[in-house]
Amino acid sequence: MTQQNSLIVPDQATSALLNSELKRESRITQVWRSMRKSPSGMIGMIVLALHLVIAVIAPWIVPFDWTLQDGYRMLLAPDANNWLGTDNMGRDILSRTLMGGRTAILVTLSGTAVAMIWGSLAGMMLGFVGGRIDEWVMRVVDALLAIPWLLFLLLIIALVGQELWTLIVTLGFFYGIAVIRVVRGATLEFVSRDFVTAARTRGESKMTIVVKELLPNVLDAVLVEGAMRWAWMLLAFSSLSFLGFGVVPPTPDWGLMIADARGMISIAPWAVLFPALALSTLIISINLTADAFAKAMGLDRAKAPV
Amino acid sequence: MIKLILQRMFLAVLTLIGVCVLVFSVTEALPGDACSAFLGRDAQGTRLENCRQERGLYKPAIERFAEWGGGVLQGDLGRSLKRNKSINKLVGTRMRNTAVLGLTAAAIGIPLAILLGVLAALYRDKKTDVTISTSAIFAMTIPEFVTATLLIYLFAIQLQWFPAVTTVRHTAPLSDLLPNIILPVITLAFVMMAHILRMVRSAMIDVMASDFVQMAKLKGVPYWHIVWFHALPNAMLPAVNVIALTIAWLLGGVVIIEQVFNFPGIGTLMIRAIYDRDLPLVQAIALILAAVYIACNLIADLCSLALSPRLRTAR
Repeated sequence: MTQQNSLIVPDQATSALLNSELKRESRITQVWRSMRKSPSGMIGMIVLALHLVIAVIAPWIVPFDWTLQDGYRMLLAPDANNWLGTDNMGRDILSRTLMGGRTAILVTLSGTAVAMIWGSLAGMMLGFVGGRIDEWVMRVVDALLAIPWLLFLLLIIALVGQELWTLIVTLGFFYGIAVIRVVRGATLEFVSRDFVTAARTRGESKMTIVVKELLPNVLDAVLVEGAMRWAWMLLAFSSLSFLGFGVVPPTPDWGLMIADARGMISIAPWAVLFPALALSTLIISINLTADAFAKAMGLDRAKAPV
Repeated sequence: MIKLILQRMFLAVLTLIGVCVLVFSVTEALPGDACSAFLGRDAQGTRLENCRQERGLYKPAIERFAEWGGGVLQGDLGRSLKRNKSINKLVGTRMRNTAVLGLTAAAIGIPLAILLGVLAALYRDKKTDVTISTSAIFAMTIPEFVTATLLIYLFAIQLQWFPAVTTVRHTAPLSDLLPNIILPVITLAFVMMAHILRMVRSAMIDVMASDFVQMAKLKGVPYWHIVWFHALPNAMLPAVNVIALTIAWLLGGVVIIEQVFNFPGIGTLMIRAIYDRDLPLVQAIALILAAVYIACNLIADLCSLALSPRLRTAR
């Protein structure tokens, strides 16, 4: 009896689908509803939203000028005036921490956009065209993925310097390579479907088929991939800043602040701890949100460590 | 079987040649060359001319690639611009130090990760699993320079158990390195474990639900015997590939962790080479690390051949 029951009772995803069919909910409301159910996803989203809001309004809410140096107020512990203390140049850490994510977020978001656009277009094209071109390009893609990312970034930085522009394009290019794989895999599921064949028979151009027929179907995978890539890219970029190859001083940046202050960690641990806390919470919150998002979309989060 | 192994080895050599071509052509394709990058603002007039002449940069690209590639094949990595020394000499002992760091971290981290992954899988959704999995997510997402800095604060400054940064020279005997290497190894192992244990956990959950494990249980095989001798070898197959991928990531991480601890390894040398815009040295180190990665992948491939008879007979 129980056996029979379990056969009839639809699983969660199907029942969610049925429900939304019945209520005629849009896809967005449906995903949003499912995301709200996960507590870790909710925490992630709230923290992420907070970070983004702060990044936007930071210049107007900082208590002090973030570049203002004060020789009489160096390495002060957190007090009523400087809530998070001051660094070795007497600059207010609260102000610098509030400002410190802006460049990183801007660069990595643009980089992610570059990666998503070129990666998913190339991936869909490859999956759609197939054949020998696909096979050879994928071999090159695999070879490129075999190179540790940091090495290549550093090689390029050594050669052309570290303007933010270069970094956006380079990061976008490298992270796009990984996107190609994922999107191509997702595309392969659809190319042999009837609606694609129908479009081909109608004589639609390749570009039209890719954008109008394939893109809507792989969009879920692209969005989830994008959220994950963003987290990884943020990690990569702040590591670069930490090494001194990312954000250029005096622009405040968490990676840079940690690098500058870690020599004085025994005297002024707050100068390291607060930017570290800000950076870690941002990356974790993106990951939690991406996880919940993937689950709500019914996708398994890919296990790519790069 | 032997044919398969040879095939994999051939493929690895081919990838290595590909990486050589890639590293060379990236430097060719981008604006600037070794001399203009190295001299920076002074890159003009006779200094630039002399440097280029001396380095043979006026020769055609193919010829230079043949010279460079030929040297690399013979084990000669060229000369550093800044230090004007043979790169082989610069790299030698630092390579040893990095190898000691990486291998120790792997020797501690991989078995521990497998153990924790298995435990998390067996006690799925219980307290043990939640604790292990949550810490793994934290270890994975927090940048390694943050983890390293926090560990320094805790163990070197608050508890004063280990030195905070390495002060010995790269040529020092290994015994001198010993107290200094502990914190970098812990950091590296910590971050590495997270990736591996997540993979082992999910593979183990799948395997424990499979028919042959059920069968073994019904036959009355002791539980832990099933876990270690029936299930784990099968769960290791997907994990081996992740371990190899983790090593790719690890090579990037090693550079950062070495920098944080001022560890006299190949990573700190690479960062210094980039500060100096010493392109030949950067190229050489990138190549070495890529070679290490390819070798790790090859080993992983061979391991999965050994683990799964099915792969051996396929095709």
